[in-house]
Amino acid sequence: MTQSRENISPSSGEKYAIELRGISKYFGKVAANENISLSVRQGEILSLLGENGSGKTTLMNMLSGIYFPDHGQIFVNGKEVVIRSPKDAYELGIGMIHQHFKLIDVFTAAENIILGMDGQSGMINMKAVSAGIQSLIDRYGFHLDLNRKIYDMSVSEKQTVEIVKMLYRGASILILDEPTAVLTPQETDHLFDVLRKMKEDGKSIIIITHKLQEVLSLSDRVAILRKGKYIGTVLTSEATRQSLSDMMVGERVSLDIDRPLPVDPKECLKVSHLTCYDKYGVKALDDVNFTAYTGEILGIAGVAGSGQRELLEAIAGLHECEGQILYTSPSSDTPTDLKGMDPLAIKQAGVALSFVPEDRLGMGLNGDMGMTGNMLIRSYREGPFHTLMERKKPRDLAEKIRSSLGVVTPGLNTPVRRLSGGNVQKVLVGREIATAPHLLMTAYAVRGLDINTSMLIYQLLNEQKAKGVAVIYVGEDLDVLLALSDRILVLCGGHVSGILDARTASKEEVGLLMTTHGEE
Amino acid sequence: MNGKSAAKEPFARVVRRDELPLWRRLGIRVIAAGLSLIVCALFIFLVTRSNPAAVYKSLVDGAVGTSRRTWSTLRDTAILLSIALAITPAFKMRFWNIGAEGQILVGGIATAAVMRYCGGISPFLLFVAIIAASLAAGMLWGLVPAVFKAIWGTNETLFTLMMNYIAIQLTSFFSIVWEAKKGSGTIGTINSDTKAGWISTSFMEGLFGKSNYSIIVLLVLLLTIGMYIYLKYTKHGYEISLVGESTNTARYAGVNVRLVTIRTMALSGAICGLTGFFMVSGSSHTISTSTAGGRGFTAIIVSWLAKFNPFIMIIVSFFLSFMSNGAIQIASEFKLNESASEVITGIILFFILGSEFFVNYRVILGRHHDKNESSTGKEGQA
Repeated sequence: MTQSRENISPSSGEKYAIELRGISKYFGKVAANENISLSVRQGEILSLLGENGSGKTTLMNMLSGIYFPDHGQIFVNGKEVVIRSPKDAYELGIGMIHQHFKLIDVFTAAENIILGMDGQSGMINMKAVSAGIQSLIDRYGFHLDLNRKIYDMSVSEKQTVEIVKMLYRGASILILDEPTAVLTPQETDHLFDVLRKMKEDGKSIIIITHKLQEVLSLSDRVAILRKGKYIGTVLTSEATRQSLSDMMVGERVSLDIDRPLPVDPKECLKVSHLTCYDKYGVKALDDVNFTAYTGEILGIAGVAGSGQRELLEAIAGLHECEGQILYTSPSSDTPTDLKGMDPLAIKQAGVALSFVPEDRLGMGLNGDMGMTGNMLIRSYREGPFHTLMERKKPRDLAEKIRSSLGVVTPGLNTPVRRLSGGNVQKVLVGREIATAPHLLMTAYAVRGLDINTSMLIYQLLNEQKAKGVAVIYVGEDLDVLLALSDRILVLCGGHVSGILDARTASKEEVGLLMTTHGEE
Repeated sequence: MNGKSAAKEPFARVVRRDELPLWRRLGIRVIAAGLSLIVCALFIFLVTRSNPAAVYKSLVDGAVGTSRRTWSTLRDTAILLSIALAITPAFKMRFWNIGAEGQILVGGIATAAVMRYCGGISPFLLFVAIIAASLAAGMLWGLVPAVFKAIWGTNETLFTLMMNYIAIQLTSFFSIVWEAKKGSGTIGTINSDTKAGWISTSFMEGLFGKSNYSIIVLLVLLLTIGMYIYLKYTKHGYEISLVGESTNTARYAGVNVRLVTIRTMALSGAICGLTGFFMVSGSSHTISTSTAGGRGFTAIIVSWLAKFNPFIMIIVSFFLSFMSNGAIQIASEFKLNESASEVITGIILFFILGSEFFVNYRVILGRHHDKNESSTGKEGQA
């Protein structure tokens, strides 16, 4: 396959909206960006593609004034500029929409949009301001009620507020950092429609992403970064999923996920009428019912914050709940109710439950400890001594995980906080699998991981499934959920809005259920 | 139009370092200590016009000049170390126990009470009673804020701080109740005739030789080793690390966070109480509101500077005791008051604490990575 990689020389006549020349940024000895040169035309959508840790966000943060480059030059509309603060970026018409929104919950959309802008006099004419914003909303077809308060809004509406905020401030160059990570497929489609309208209007848009499908459907050109280095820019029309992924990873990777048929499924976990509340007393789970079978991967889909965390934590004994959680061990026929047990009680009841929580360093691991210390989280009570800990077995286990999963660490006692995200997850998943679970729960097991590590995790989950383990996989990427799971349970606002056969369900069906509130 | 044209770039930037090798980390601290001595010398010269070398010599002389002074420095080291060891498990658990001051005082009051009222019983029983009472009193003082935090989530910093004031007032109260001469308001030396409950009594002498302080030094050394093992190799120590790093991780591991909080503070308070016993029984033989003398706070610096490593705490507490004892000598020899020594200790600590910044971060003036400036000047690259 031939790729036309453009080699744009700065002397060519065209005026770019943004041009970066030889940009480098170092953190300690680590080169987050090394000698990166790329350009964005006026009125185009450029995808910035790369794996996690390839330096996409760092590069864009230098455009939005959060970081300052160690070397190199930035040109905006053909003129060299120095961007030292987000304010400088605003003045140049560059607006960035971050993954974590920066909005004030108790203010309305309109108030958030004008927040921090200089007024003419001390007075604000909210009506005139609102009219101005409304015309922007109508022009691009946003769905937004300016008088709603932020705390009433869904994630997608909050994102809309951020985008409108940037436009109202006169941004002509928009940078979006992984905007679809928190959206349903339908919301994503709408966002893309809006972005296309903005492009027709002459705005330049940079979208940071690692989802190949989106790159192909939205952008005009794709710039690819790998490990902090610029690999090249290709025209989207000439690219394919495989060609992009090869450039991104630097080697050929198989994107196929295996899905063997479940062998001899037996009931392992039967959850009925499970209800629980979050720390503010709001219902996080409402009458959840499902059954997980051995030898099967049950995928759980849902917009972030639909109760996934509470569901897994309730089962693991970390969250108070009402209802019934019946666990049947392979050796007996009488189920045990896990409700009301804490993790220690669950363990002592002989329940072989493993849990890979969403918050790896804040719950699953202790960041200050090395691999050996983290093995002890599951086993420090064991061993022949009463007060002293047994340390040899955990050390052997750590060594085994390091060699079998290829964990890159300077030593078994190096704090795991210093390891990369992928290696941290290998330590966590490795430990949880090593306890020979009967039920394995994982929350966002591949979030932030590169393709190779993600594929390794899928493979490990499939191995567990083949061993007859009941696997519960909470995920965010619907393509992966549909390819890996046997069944998919969809959560929406704490309800189960449907359980589908993953072999026959479509992405749209799942997406629709993700926003279906209440019973049908 | 090359890289240098950006004249408005920031003047200096701070960048996080990678892990430095041990010798460089030590080197940075040694340089900081050296610099601090130079600044101190400058300070001494400007204020007193004395020769800094002579002042430093007098400092050393005051701390370890005679066998008596050396023992006194060692005793202070042991006591400071003992407090630092006491608060370390709490701090490692991220429970900010700044109530060591109060826990020491109540331990001291308990010691004084047993000495006064039970002075007549056999020395062995007397010491058992004193140690038990001081441990119990300190433990109680540590438990109150821990129980409140574990059950109701109160803030332990304010709580332990306020418990200090209660302890100080209690000490004042007993100073009047037990006053030696009517109206003096001080307790005076307890059991000055019988020396009952003094660590230098014949009962102890037979076991540990003649010096008053050697037994304290020995006990604290044992405590140091014990604390090292407790924190590093026991299941309790492991639970403390888990709770300190993240209570969610601790819960995930099946740790009872409330129980660990309460248990650890009981231990922390008890060792503080024991230190009160060292102070009253072992050196002052009396108690007053200034018995703890701020060492409950200084110990926090010792614990942090040593990064919670009990063996490094030996070095840090020796240094601080060395400085404060040496300072007394400077004060009398050069007609300075003791505040001069506090200024010097302050300057040295400032430099040593400040050096931590340079261990972890690097400051870059202007654009640092100049080595390939020319290559990134004009050409784009594909």
